[in-house]
Amino acid sequence: MITGNIITDFCLLILFLPVVAFAINIFIGKRLPRQGDWVSVGAILITLVLSLSMLMNMFMNWDPNFSHEVQFSWIDLGAFKIELGFWVDNITIVMLVVVALISSMTHIFSLEYMKGDIRYSRYYAYLGLFTFSMNGIVLANNLISMYIFWELVGVSSYLLIGHWFEKNSAANAATKAFLTNRVGDIGFFIGIMLMFTAIGSFNFQDLFSGISQGMISGQLLTLAGVGIFLGAVGKSAQFPLHIWLPDAMEGPTPVSALMHAATMVAAGVYLTVRLFPLFSPEALLIIAYVGGFTALFAATIAVTQNDIKKVLAYSTVSQLGYMILAVGVGNYVAAFFHLLTHAMFKACLFFGSGSVIHAMHHSLHELNDQDTDPQDMRNMGGFKSKLPITYWTMTIATLTIAGVPFFSGFLSKDAILAGTLAFAKHYPQHFLLPLFGFGAAAITAFYMFRLIFMTFHGEVKMPKVFKGIHESPRAMTFPLILLSSLGFFIFYTLPYFNPFSDHGWFTELIQASDSVVKGNPTAEEIYEGIHHAHYPAMALSLLVASFGIGMSILMYMKKKLSADIWAAKMGFLYKLSLNKYFFDENYNRFLYQPVLKLSQAIAFVDWDLYDKYFINGFGRVTKWLSFLTGRIDYEGLDQKLVDGVGRTAQGFGNQLKNVQTGRLQNYMLFALAGVIVIIVMQTI
Amino acid sequence: MDSLTNYLFVSASLFCLGLYGVITRRNAVAVLMGVELILNSANINFVAFARFSGMNMAGHVYALFVIVLAAAEAAVALAIIINIFNNFKTINVDDVSQLRQ
Amino acid sequence: MADLVFWIVVGVTIVSAAMVVQSKQLLYSAIALLFTFVGVTGLYIFLWADFIAGVQVVVYVGGILVLIIFGIMLTNKITSVNISHTSVQRGIGATVVLGILAGIGFMIINTPWYQVAATEPEQTTETIGRLLMMDYLLPFEVASLLLLGALIGATTLSRKED
Repeated sequence: MITGNIITDFCLLILFLPVVAFAINIFIGKRLPRQGDWVSVGAILITLVLSLSMLMNMFMNWDPNFSHEVQFSWIDLGAFKIELGFWVDNITIVMLVVVALISSMTHIFSLEYMKGDIRYSRYYAYLGLFTFSMNGIVLANNLISMYIFWELVGVSSYLLIGHWFEKNSAANAATKAFLTNRVGDIGFFIGIMLMFTAIGSFNFQDLFSGISQGMISGQLLTLAGVGIFLGAVGKSAQFPLHIWLPDAMEGPTPVSALMHAATMVAAGVYLTVRLFPLFSPEALLIIAYVGGFTALFAATIAVTQNDIKKVLAYSTVSQLGYMILAVGVGNYVAAFFHLLTHAMFKACLFFGSGSVIHAMHHSLHELNDQDTDPQDMRNMGGFKSKLPITYWTMTIATLTIAGVPFFSGFLSKDAILAGTLAFAKHYPQHFLLPLFGFGAAAITAFYMFRLIFMTFHGEVKMPKVFKGIHESPRAMTFPLILLSSLGFFIFYTLPYFNPFSDHGWFTELIQASDSVVKGNPTAEEIYEGIHHAHYPAMALSLLVASFGIGMSILMYMKKKLSADIWAAKMGFLYKLSLNKYFFDENYNRFLYQPVLKLSQAIAFVDWDLYDKYFINGFGRVTKWLSFLTGRIDYEGLDQKLVDGVGRTAQGFGNQLKNVQTGRLQNYMLFALAGVIVIIVMQTI
Repeated sequence: MDSLTNYLFVSASLFCLGLYGVITRRNAVAVLMGVELILNSANINFVAFARFSGMNMAGHVYALFVIVLAAAEAAVALAIIINIFNNFKTINVDDVSQLRQ
Repeated sequence: MADLVFWIVVGVTIVSAAMVVQSKQLLYSAIALLFTFVGVTGLYIFLWADFIAGVQVVVYVGGILVLIIFGIMLTNKITSVNISHTSVQRGIGATVVLGILAGIGFMIINTPWYQVAATEPEQTTETIGRLLMMDYLLPFEVASLLLLGALIGATTLSRKED
């Protein structure tokens, strides 16, 4: 094969096949049959097969400590050296499978969803670019290549959010996503550079060993950790940089499923999971609080949203907060576990919403209705009979995210909550963290069932539209069925069958490694604590989940409690949540406007005061002076002295003109004569 | 004959002759011949230095590259000359002196 | 004996080179150029550069010279047997070039050249081949690209515009 090592070969192929598809589609996609979608789909299916075979290989070996690293030198300037490479371990392999799986599902789903789009082949090209960059992040063994792919992911996200850039809102959302991410990435870059100046390498292993030798410690290490975490805050849409993700829903729904739910936003979590050992205790505490707060805060927003995709978007923010929270309390294996299960069920939910929107869209299109919003849940209702497959798959995914036993979400959520409980038990002053977690769990169960009930149950809101609703074609239902079936616990606990314990291949093959920073508990201690908190956490999470589901059933299915009255009762809170805590408005008022005002004030001082009075006054004096000197100059000097010199020069010029023969050979001769002069001068 | 300076002198003479041709000939093809002479003199230098610094074969490789360059240069230059001939009906370089204007 | 041959080769080279730049007729110049090339080939053989000598014959004599003769034929009417060509600025040109020759000669004599004794190798082809394929692979590839470019460029340039 290419390099002689089969794992390296597979990684190279997985990395570069999508980018080949990208290149083909961007340049000649339009001229290929079917606009070149088969190139992208074929490439991604091959990467899926390769990733799955790597997963199989992982099962065959059953080695928790499997690790494979290759690197090659990229920039070598003597003392300054940058090396790129792959670091493959079990986490990488699982993540590769997630990316390849969700990406291929997206490719297949888009075959129908994007049919007839004006930039169909470009859409597929961008999907390929995204898959390439995401795999690059997953495989990176050093900060600098991770950063490169990190930015590439940002670019492809920008391109795909703005896919329908004729719509102003889509173009704005793309810019907003890009710029908001940039804020986080500056922090990320500062973190990388702090690490590099202290340790002199970008390689993860070098960093870990450098930190354990104490080459960087204390405040500086915390600062570097927080800087790197800022990158994750931006990409994983954590508070306070979460504002871009809901707007990113302007992109095509399959893109939302792939990037803004399952993989790209999970890159931030993946980064913290990868680099977990280098975070100092203080940095981890910040991470935990940011994550926990985001989890609860985004969940409260999701409760009142009416746009089906916005609900899912805030739900994603909230779930990502969960994972970050888990990393913060040291339980990063649980974070990764939740990343895995969340990728499956959230992608399924997004595909489901895509299917609903697709159906709405077609129905509205036939009615020639341009005004009705196909994404507004208030226009839906009773779709259960019309969209049976979508309904059942989305229900399964909802049960999964709500944390109902026998589904994967139950296991991963439980692991995270157990981690926070154990942490709070150890440090009672941080009792808020489990409260964040359990509160978010209850609210998640509530708003997810609200979504299901509002969309699929209840009376039909718009009979005309309802009549035109049809189940989506097979290319769209297949990913739904596959991903929803991956919500069952069995896929994550094999070869064991205990639905109440996450003990299985995942926990056996992916094991936490110790932090290299002094002062952090070891993996052993963390595991001990979680083990003790396991059953209380399970009981509590079951309780809050059933509370949330029960409330939802009462309010939206049985209509025993009127949602409107409750909303009125909570007037202020309801408004806050509906308007997303006025985040965009406040950013506008306190961040953008003051900057604008400031620059206006500076402009006023600069232009109206400084320019007009000082500079112009200066100018007037100069003008008067120059008029005076001008007279002396022109009448005295010019006419006599300068013109005389000029005339002399003109005379010389006329003589010298003859030298310019226009013959190349003359010029060459002169040049050679010059060479002789130089030689003579050198020797003397 | 086994002396570096001998070869250097031969090469210098060839170089100067080539230079003389480039400067004085009116016909573009003859100018091209002068350039070939210059290139040949450079090649002699390369190979001579290679021979007298302990048979350092890098010199031979460079000589090869020079030959490749000369071939490419001759092809392109002749194409240009033919083009000039088609446009001006002459290949005397001093008749093609639009540079003067 | 070898000495004599060497000086004969040098003589042929320089005299024919002088004819190249002096001859009144272009075709004579071209023929003289042939002798120059052959003379340089001889010098290569004296310098133990057998492969370069071969290449010199093949490329210069077989390729470039033929190309030049074609150029002469294509740009002059075949019927005019005496394809005369004159020179310009001969006096001043000769002066300048002699000056340069003096400069170079001065330098050649006064420079302490770095010299290492060596024995004659069996053949140089294998070493050159190894160097080309290993140390100089990139320049080698670039040279092939250059040749391709020259090929295309020459074709485009000499094509009659339609």
